[in-house]
Amino acid sequence: MYLVSPLVLLLLVALAGGGWSAWRARAQGAAPAVRQRAQLLALLGAASAALGALILLAPLNFCPFELDGDGNADRLNVMLGIFILLGGAFLAHRVASSLVGRWLRGEALPGATETRTGLFSGPGSTLLALLCLAPTLTILTLFLYYPMFDTFQLSTQLARLGAPRTRFVCMRNFNQLLGDPDYGRTVLVSFFLAAFIVLFSLALSLLIAQMAYRPITGGRFYRALLVWPYALSPVIAGIIFELLFHNTAGVLNHVLYSTFGLKVPWLLDPTIAPWTVVVASTWNILGFCILFYIAGLQNVPNDLLEAAAIDGASAIQRFFSITFPLLSPITFFLVVTTTTYAFFDTYGLIDFLTAGGPVESTTTMMYEVFEVGVVARNLGSAAARSLLLFGIVIGVTILQFRFSRGRVMYGS
Amino acid sequence: MEEKLGLPYAAAPVTPRRRRLPKRWYAHVILITAIIITGFPVYYAAVVATQSNTQVFNYQLTPSTYLERNWDLVIHERQLPRYMLNSVIVALVMTTGKAVLSLLAGMAFVFFRIPGKWLIFGFVLITLMMPTEVMAIALFRLVGVELQWGGYDAMIVPFIASATGSFLFRQHFASIPGELSEAAQIDGANPLQFLWYVLIPISWNAIAALFVIQFLYAWNQYLWPLMVIHETTLKPVQLGLRSLRSGTETGDSFGPLMLGAVLASIPPLVVFLALQKQFMSGFALTRDK
Repeated sequence: MYLVSPLVLLLLVALAGGGWSAWRARAQGAAPAVRQRAQLLALLGAASAALGALILLAPLNFCPFELDGDGNADRLNVMLGIFILLGGAFLAHRVASSLVGRWLRGEALPGATETRTGLFSGPGSTLLALLCLAPTLTILTLFLYYPMFDTFQLSTQLARLGAPRTRFVCMRNFNQLLGDPDYGRTVLVSFFLAAFIVLFSLALSLLIAQMAYRPITGGRFYRALLVWPYALSPVIAGIIFELLFHNTAGVLNHVLYSTFGLKVPWLLDPTIAPWTVVVASTWNILGFCILFYIAGLQNVPNDLLEAAAIDGASAIQRFFSITFPLLSPITFFLVVTTTTYAFFDTYGLIDFLTAGGPVESTTTMMYEVFEVGVVARNLGSAAARSLLLFGIVIGVTILQFRFSRGRVMYGS
Repeated sequence: MEEKLGLPYAAAPVTPRRRRLPKRWYAHVILITAIIITGFPVYYAAVVATQSNTQVFNYQLTPSTYLERNWDLVIHERQLPRYMLNSVIVALVMTTGKAVLSLLAGMAFVFFRIPGKWLIFGFVLITLMMPTEVMAIALFRLVGVELQWGGYDAMIVPFIASATGSFLFRQHFASIPGELSEAAQIDGANPLQFLWYVLIPISWNAIAALFVIQFLYAWNQYLWPLMVIHETTLKPVQLGLRSLRSGTETGDSFGPLMLGAVLASIPPLVVFLALQKQFMSGFALTRDK
């Protein structure tokens, strides 16, 4: 039994979507062509909003709105459900309204006008084109879209690896996570690592690139020797840094002990181990950032810097008011890539360096997905964790886009 | 970003006088420090690869004589070449497959009229935002449990299509003037001949870009093989390194492990350093996939 029938929910969302489209078309000073067709826009807005909500909620069987035996609905679930409902509706609606708006304003739909000449147009050419696309589309559908859909399904099930039967448990996998302090800690650890990996790798690489990009004696030599660690896998980085930071065999502790009489439990202390992971990851990704910053710096026009120097701007002023703003597209690109590196690719490094320990102080969300899904064989919970991880990474990326809007200068 | 911001110079003659850079000694200091700090971990790993375990605990920074013994263990006893071979096969087949499928898709997107082309393109492009790591659990259930794959097939087939590659070649082909395909058609070439004799020869840079990105991706894969590969002889090298980790009579064995790590790093390093320029141009387009 449902709190509200799914049909009613979809109708409500459709109404809201339609009303919103009509209001936008009328009130926001849209182009005349758009304003005159408000009804059409409303209709399409309603349809797209309902469709978007349906796409996201149907794999979950609308179960956030399900009542338990006593006729109650979990408030948290309902809120999550409303969030998913509105999120899906919003996304689909945005896509549809931008397409419809373009069409009404008489602009071309993306890719609709074929301005190219020399297209192959013999008999059967469309068939051949589809045949060329078929392998790519098949693989993507089978091994990317289907698993995505299946992740949603799994997250509402009690599914164990090796057990043939699954049981529908609605949102229980999510509910268990939300009240779980251990899960909260993995989220914190992931954010902690990501924040410092991004901060350190960008700051250091910018400093180094700033030194290395100009014509300097031995510049090529320096550049070649700075960028290579990126080619090494996170696994290798983990292996090598274990050798350096090992409690007894580590050369770092040996140096510290013989000079300061100090032994730091780099991998054994829960407050220090995350920093060790940050250092190793930064080392791994630094070359990548340097590579792109050097390329970006070489594109900063020298005339501007010289003009500013003549006007009496100090080196630091020149950096912050000319170089850094001009580099912002690259900085933005690097923030996004290092963030995804920190959330996803550090798995191998952590597995070799600390194995998620000590006392789970370096267990990231990605690490936990593997531990729960493959080691503990709880597929349902692992799928729920994957989805939350996905949501968080998408959210962080959107935030970065928002924050950079208006600050990032393109096309210099 | 290629374009420079041109300041409107007046007609006054611009003297080609370059300001002499001051001797930037501090830049050299910072750069050399950075190189030593980035290089030291690998240098030390290479040194330890020549040492016995007792020597590791004596912290020598110079090579020792134990390389032969470690080499013997890594190469013959622990079968590292077998793992390396697996990685080479997987990486080469995967990158070649991706290149072929992406070339075909890119050609279809640019040189053909297809109904609903932008929808199909969107269908491909949107997968760039769906990281494989997130659906690894479901993919594992599909590939490892339902399809029962556990070898090269499991490592290669799910990843043989590439949204990055399709996008890369589409962009590249779109910059090619239409006269080229017109001329080819007049000469009676069919689309596949056009691809083979015209498009591929002028696309080597884009192909190299895709190759280096995907080779590194394939070679460095760890989480996915860890899930699906259980047969020891089929493990890729990143997984094989685990077997070097422990299990000599003295417990932890740093020497062989470091030797393995150094050997496993050589192929991606060579590819990366040789194709650095192409790597950047390709990576700047999209995140790897």
